[in-house]
Amino acid sequence: MNTLALSETPSLPGGWRLRAVLREIQYEFIRLARNRVYALSVLGLPVLFYAVFGLGQHDRQAALYLIVGYSCMGLGSACLFGIGLSIAFERAQGWLELKWASPMPRLGYLAAKLVASAVFALLVLGLLIALGHWAAGVTMTFGQTAHLALILLVGSVPFTALGLVIALVVPPNAGAGLINLVYLPLCLFSGFWIPVAQLPHWMQKIAPVLPTYHLAELALAVFDFAPRQGALTHWLVLGGFSALMFAAAWITFLLSDTRSP
Amino acid sequence: MRPAVRSNSPAHPAPLAALRSVSKRFGAHLALDRFSLELTAGQITALLGPNGAGKSTAVRVLLGLTRPDSGRAEVLGRNPRSSEARTSLGAMLQVARAPDTLSVREHVELFRSYYPRPVPTAELLMRTGLTALEHQRFGTLSGGQKQRVLLALALSGDPAVICLDEPTVGLDPQSRRQLWNEIRALAAAGKAVLLTTHYLEEADALAHRVVLLDRGRTVRSGTPAEIRHSVAAGRIRCRTRLDLSVLRALPTVTAVEADRDGVILFAHDPQQVLRELLPLDASVSELEVSAASLEDAILALAPAA
Repeated sequence: MNTLALSETPSLPGGWRLRAVLREIQYEFIRLARNRVYALSVLGLPVLFYAVFGLGQHDRQAALYLIVGYSCMGLGSACLFGIGLSIAFERAQGWLELKWASPMPRLGYLAAKLVASAVFALLVLGLLIALGHWAAGVTMTFGQTAHLALILLVGSVPFTALGLVIALVVPPNAGAGLINLVYLPLCLFSGFWIPVAQLPHWMQKIAPVLPTYHLAELALAVFDFAPRQGALTHWLVLGGFSALMFAAAWITFLLSDTRSP
Repeated sequence: MRPAVRSNSPAHPAPLAALRSVSKRFGAHLALDRFSLELTAGQITALLGPNGAGKSTAVRVLLGLTRPDSGRAEVLGRNPRSSEARTSLGAMLQVARAPDTLSVREHVELFRSYYPRPVPTAELLMRTGLTALEHQRFGTLSGGQKQRVLLALALSGDPAVICLDEPTVGLDPQSRRQLWNEIRALAAAGKAVLLTTHYLEEADALAHRVVLLDRGRTVRSGTPAEIRHSVAAGRIRCRTRLDLSVLRALPTVTAVEADRDGVILFAHDPQQVLRELLPLDASVSELEVSAASLEDAILALAPAA
């Protein structure tokens, strides 16, 4: 068997790229699910918080509020750790390069992480709803659940963008600590845990600057915890933030190709 | 001007992959300087050179991971920046860690899915000796076993061109020999293999062709024997009371080095050197004559910066 002349190169069977991306998604999810630290913290923390703070509420509205808030928190940690930290590590370990040397579409690599993290975010939502319903009698209509799930799914985009910047900028060993250091205060200031109106005055002033605040407002509006009229502003902020982060990530990535082998 | 289409005659088979006059700069550092390389079917090409010579940059350009500043890379005639071109490429890179929680079989299945015409899983596992380990999680494997998994991933798409970047680092001698056999089998099956290694013994044992790279340029290329002989055919080690300058002046001597209590002479014709040396110094002792190694040649041609 010798060489192939160009004219003899057989055409490739269709659909192999899609198959590759689907497999990538499948195994990315399996990989995350088997990672105990990830699974326990992304799924476990919101559930634990809810068990402690949510179930004791006499006010069913408060118990409902916390489902929304903690599912936002679950979304954020699912994406920041599942996408951001994961890419940071795989880049440092040379694993990302090996995947990129393969024919798998490179966007597929990112898409798989995004979908796998989003599935975890939905799992958090499901667990919180189940817990709330079973232990605190909280109910929501199917339409409200679907609406909230949709907002969370779209909300994964700005978190993905932020995760990418983290992956490119933060050294992986410091990553987990740094993400927690930034993310947990972000959750607090954005109203995930306590309504912003009940936070100290100076914290209330900061909130509108944070993209996570805007995400929370959109999610809370599903249950009329926040006004619906402001929706457009919130989407614009999230969209602008995402665009900014994606651009920063892209530029950083291009620069890194010219700086060191 | 070279023709765009190459003839397919046995004497000059068209290369399966090539770097054509590739230059790449990182900041102030010129990693590759109009570097060209051809990989032909059935041949193992070893890319050697000191650290910073540009070997990994060359590999990365060939794999489409880095875009060259000028020149181009070709895999089966196509630019490796396209995923279609990479269906003909397999790579075994230096990976510190792969996902620990996936099993060997799962890793192989995943990489197989990246290619339109993958090798059957059972065959891949058998060829790399992993059948007994297929359900074990990657994190529980030994170093040699992990390398075998990485090799299986490189072979999973039945690629025509395979790049191996330091494939035997950290392996025990038995695993290293096994891997050498597998690499030879790849070439025998008609694949084009590019190998980078620091183990010159490995390049000597495996390579049909050696390309010596220094500061982004080809210093020498040829078969291992050609490179060895271009520097010196043999080395003589002995203890002698003769001065280094006298030794250097002996016929066909290319280099002289002090070595502990003796000297090492590199020469194109060791026998002629001996005929001159022995009459000059009757007290010569601990005489050792051997063929110059590839390492000696490389060190003479491209001393570390």
